[in-house]
Amino acid sequence: MQRRTTVNVHNARETTARPAAAAGMALAVAGALVLAACGGGDGDGDNDDAQAGEARGDITIWYSNNEAEIAWGEQMVEAWNAGHPDEQIEAQEIPAGDSSEEVISAAIAAGNAPCLIFNTAPVAVPDFEKQGGLVSLSSFEDGATYIEERTGDVAAQYQSADGEYVQMPWKSNPVMIFYNKEMFAEAGLDPENPPLGTHDEFLDTARRLVSSGAAPNAIRPAPTSEFFQSWFDFYPLYAAETGGTQLVEDGSATFAGDAGLAVAEFWKTLYDEELAGREQYQGDAFADGEAAMAIVGPWAISVYGEQVDWGAVPVPTSGGTPPEETYTFSDAKNIGLYTACENRDTAWDVLKFATSEEQDGKLLEITGQMPMRQDLAETYPDYFAENPAYEAFGEQASRTVEVPNVPNSVAVWQAFRDAYSRAVISGEGELGQTLQDAAVEIDDLVGQS
Amino acid sequence: MTTVPAGHRAGARYRSPVRRRRRGLLGRQPLGLLFSSPYLAFVLAVFAFPLGFAVWISFHDYFFAAPGAEVDRPFVGLDNYRDVLGDPDVWRSFRNVAVFLLINVPLTVALSLLLATALNQATRLRTFLRVGYYVPYVTASVAVVGVWLFLFNSNGLVNRVLGPLAPDPSWLINSTWAMPAIALYVTWKQLGFYILLYLAALQNVPRELYEVAATDGAGKIRTFFSITIPAVRPATVLVLLLSTIIGANLFTEPYLLTGGGGPNGASMSPVLLMYQLGIEQNSPDVAAAIGVILIVFVLLIGWLQRRLAGGDET
Repeated sequence: MQRRTTVNVHNARETTARPAAAAGMALAVAGALVLAACGGGDGDGDNDDAQAGEARGDITIWYSNNEAEIAWGEQMVEAWNAGHPDEQIEAQEIPAGDSSEEVISAAIAAGNAPCLIFNTAPVAVPDFEKQGGLVSLSSFEDGATYIEERTGDVAAQYQSADGEYVQMPWKSNPVMIFYNKEMFAEAGLDPENPPLGTHDEFLDTARRLVSSGAAPNAIRPAPTSEFFQSWFDFYPLYAAETGGTQLVEDGSATFAGDAGLAVAEFWKTLYDEELAGREQYQGDAFADGEAAMAIVGPWAISVYGEQVDWGAVPVPTSGGTPPEETYTFSDAKNIGLYTACENRDTAWDVLKFATSEEQDGKLLEITGQMPMRQDLAETYPDYFAENPAYEAFGEQASRTVEVPNVPNSVAVWQAFRDAYSRAVISGEGELGQTLQDAAVEIDDLVGQS
Repeated sequence: MTTVPAGHRAGARYRSPVRRRRRGLLGRQPLGLLFSSPYLAFVLAVFAFPLGFAVWISFHDYFFAAPGAEVDRPFVGLDNYRDVLGDPDVWRSFRNVAVFLLINVPLTVALSLLLATALNQATRLRTFLRVGYYVPYVTASVAVVGVWLFLFNSNGLVNRVLGPLAPDPSWLINSTWAMPAIALYVTWKQLGFYILLYLAALQNVPRELYEVAATDGAGKIRTFFSITIPAVRPATVLVLLLSTIIGANLFTEPYLLTGGGGPNGASMSPVLLMYQLGIEQNSPDVAAAIGVILIVFVLLIGWLQRRLAGGDET
């Protein structure tokens, strides 16, 4: 019996010693690989930059994967390639992923990002810049001039902290309130002139829509916790309330004052009185008749055009701002030139070609999205005359507010969303204090490099 | 009695130094190393290297950068761990996952063992039932989550059945009920896999044991507790470990069912937080520190489970 025990113990030691040795070896190899990976990370980027800056040749680009933008992208590439046999564009839709920003970030880290991406979200630009993934467009001789002449004063919102442009402001989707005329009529409201100008009017209208049974919800923005959801509830109304103030300005959060509190109170009332749903809806609540209103951009015209008899008005403010003075969130997508690009001069020329007056006109025509160019309505009068539904969005495009171009931009929005979800959507805690606390947290995030 | 010729003994004792050294390095079966090398390479590439790298990242001020970009990634010691441990959101995510495990793991073990035992005895529709339990496991979460959202929303089937007993706010937007609802969902979804594990274990229980128990007059319940449960103990340890490891890595369900860990972080899991910080916010250093802590947390629970449920296996 004793002998058997001894043998077992011996065998156990033998069998555990081998995995231990193997694990030790594995860790040693892993450590070596880590060191190798880390050692190889810091190359001489400046030399690469200098060589790439003088190069011309074929380039690759990515564009968005929605049908309208694919159509625009294909005709743009065809037009360019026809006139530049030695500098051909190879184009593809942005690869599938949870979000475009994650795909682009991974491509930057892997060193296989294309030259141009026509779907660069402004919120991700500070991180892409920090990653060393973006080429400063200001480094081109005519870079800053071209951007400012095309975009006008709005371009300033897209400058980085050092005053350089690492993104080309391309197109915006200024958001407005879409409403269902049939539901408004059913609730006894004037569908042609709905009372939606002030917070109080909006709330009264919302109460009437729900209490009359015309709509299950007055409005139903996504109540979920993703960092970007505040762009489609709080932020457009905050931009309008403040006459164009960003969430963060001069390194400090701006939303904890009276204007932010008024907008937060407005949304809190909608949730508290069950005029807006707290549960996420699987589908499109506006298209499905689950909500009488939605906050959307001009893309919605082609989407809802056939399904819903809709109208559009600017977002409300507490005092009722005239439409021609009302600001909103831009929901812009820009163009980035990425450092993995070898033929950067060609890429810059393609970028200018794609944002020329002709191509911007085609973008407007094919996608219904607003090119970020000053005097948009005056540049394309025929289009807006033929498509009056887009006129209000065209007007609105000149008064948009972008997400602030600050360090830790996504973390800033996540911190804001967490506080907003807690105090406004769930109604927990004291609203003013929660906004104050969030402002302190965001100031700290913005202060970190 | 067998005798060994003297010459043979002498020959067996003699080994050339080169051969001995090679044998020391390569072991008794050098060919075994060759056969196991593909798996060893796989483990090194997809497990050991990422794990080592994650640990390294967690001790540095690290972010993902383009190749060739000149970036500074200084060693920061325990700073990332200090940040993580000082963040109430991280603590909350660990508390959430602990609640999840407390519901999910016992429920998984109990239900899968009971259902496997019942299935093992079923003579009719056995294949149909096995497939029925396995279908949720192989169905994509994205598809099944939609059904559960309809079941558990305010006007869903569950609340209609419960009537006035339904929680307000409803399950998935209720701070108290969001995590238990997710735990129930995951239990249901994973059950088929664990039932199969138990079914395999039950096939190996000698029939004689049941016959002896029946001869001794043991009823079905007594047999279940005295024969079945001890006999499938190795499978139970495996189910405990797997359900704990899979549960601790909870991500898809709070991401989809409760819209990113809502309401107000009540269903936020450590892995979802790692995703937010590491991927969305490009702070992989802090995310890696959470990951390392999570590994320690899971190893600790795994060790406790083996100590408490492993019996002779420990």
